[in-house]
Amino acid sequence: MSDTFITPFTDNEFMVRALGAGVLVACCCAIVGSFVVLRGLAFVADALAHGVLPGIATAILLGVPVVVGAAAGTMVMMGGVSLITRRSRLSSDTAIGLFFAGMLALGVMITSRGRSFAGDLTRILFGELLGVSVSDLWWQAVALVFVGGVAWVCRRPFLLLCIEPELAATSGFRVRPFETLMLTIVAVAIIASFQSVGTLLVFGMLLAPASTAALVTRRLGAMVALAAVLGSVCTYVGLLLSYHADLAAGASVVVVAVAVFLLTFAGVEVRAAVTGRGVGVPAGALQRQVHTHDDGAHVHVHGSGEHPHGHVPGEHR
Amino acid sequence: MSAAAITAITAITARDLAVGYGNRAVVEGISFDVPAGGLLCLIGTNGSGKSTLLKTIAGLLPPLEGTVTVAGGEPGAQPARVGYLAQRPASSFTLPLCAADVVAMGRFAALGLLRRAGRVDRELCAEAIERMEVTPFAGRPLLELSGGQQQRTHLAQALARRADVLLLDEPTAGLDPSGRETFAQAIATERARGCAVAMATHDLGDAEGADVVVLLAARVVAIGHPSEVLTDEHLRASFGFTGPH
Repeated sequence: MSDTFITPFTDNEFMVRALGAGVLVACCCAIVGSFVVLRGLAFVADALAHGVLPGIATAILLGVPVVVGAAAGTMVMMGGVSLITRRSRLSSDTAIGLFFAGMLALGVMITSRGRSFAGDLTRILFGELLGVSVSDLWWQAVALVFVGGVAWVCRRPFLLLCIEPELAATSGFRVRPFETLMLTIVAVAIIASFQSVGTLLVFGMLLAPASTAALVTRRLGAMVALAAVLGSVCTYVGLLLSYHADLAAGASVVVVAVAVFLLTFAGVEVRAAVTGRGVGVPAGALQRQVHTHDDGAHVHVHGSGEHPHGHVPGEHR
Repeated sequence: MSAAAITAITAITARDLAVGYGNRAVVEGISFDVPAGGLLCLIGTNGSGKSTLLKTIAGLLPPLEGTVTVAGGEPGAQPARVGYLAQRPASSFTLPLCAADVVAMGRFAALGLLRRAGRVDRELCAEAIERMEVTPFAGRPLLELSGGQQQRTHLAQALARRADVLLLDEPTAGLDPSGRETFAQAIATERARGCAVAMATHDLGDAEGADVVVLLAARVVAIGHPSEVLTDEHLRASFGFTGPH
């Protein structure tokens, strides 16, 4: 039993580093991915993930740190999309699509000038989860602290942006700066994660665990926490799969994460059919949740058979 | 400054106001004063400019011309003191928040980024939930509620703001007679504590009890006391008929 589940990690230091990197990616992507899913930013997140490609390719050619190139790529992408959306009648989707295709193609062009075209491109697109260094882990930890800190401080405006953008504006949270901040942490999560799982697969880690959590939770805090746990477990299972079946590590992690989403979706559908609930609504959603908080941060409604709790959403989860 | 403290100050003032989108004015030449505790009703057909005017007072749209002040300040400058409820709040249902959580979001303006929700915040939310009779479904996801129940929930969210000025866009849309009565009582209570209310409505009955009525038809048809504005001549000019009163 332990030969299957534990020994791969105790006998191989690279597997431990890969697990550490995967868990850091999972946590970072859980935070950011929750907002991506709730705000409907999947397309822009996908485009950002590919927008880093020419920056990384240029950095490899010039011999400068790839993180610098990735950051430059995302800044060009975000700036360009913002400029075209504001200065033309084209929709943001069109601007994102244009930059998505253009940056991806530019990245491939630049990479083709390198000496090991196929190797570099594969490394950029699919990452090297089994090849992460200790310094990579530190960078990922710093990015996680940054992303987590911004998300915690901005949890209220971010939640309102996802649910009621007009309410965000009339609650004193200016929409554009907070939208930019949200996209910035998406970009930071992508930059911090691409070395482990690659620019293609980081998108899967952004979406799959958060989407799974969205199916079965009702609150932002719970969604982020569950997405982080799911992402971490998928990393562990994916690495085991990769180790024993000799498969690509990053791809295995993402395939497991997407499979978990599909299984959860099927489970929710079956449960909805059995209980007669509507599609996409967790069956437990109707049941009153009993929460206790040592700071008493809930609304206790008297005079009813229930005691529904009016939490300030996104807090105390 | 509390609502009571601004009684000497007009809650909403508009002078030669033009509202619209981009450079295109929808309505021009709007001037009125609403006192603290007063009720302003915006009446008119669809597309007459009611929502555009409310959005401008809320600070969501810049005035094209003229000036407007809310609770003594620029629109949008005092979010904790000015509550706004959109005509059809575009709630996302990806995360099925329960009604009580949606109400609690009304406290975000007062809490800002960092302040933790305290006893007063919880009491205000609980009170708003009771006043709009949201209690029976407060623990259910908004997604599963009827249109009327969702509207009650959003109205409770606006009440939880405990604002000095409430801006409500067609607040009784989708409410049954019982819901309308509950809403009317809640608004009377808000006005009694000094909160000014501005609302867009198609209900001429609401307008008859207002302090100021603005009758719009993509232009200002009339502004003033209901007895001056809700005349057969004005109603015919705006709606093409004289109304039920």
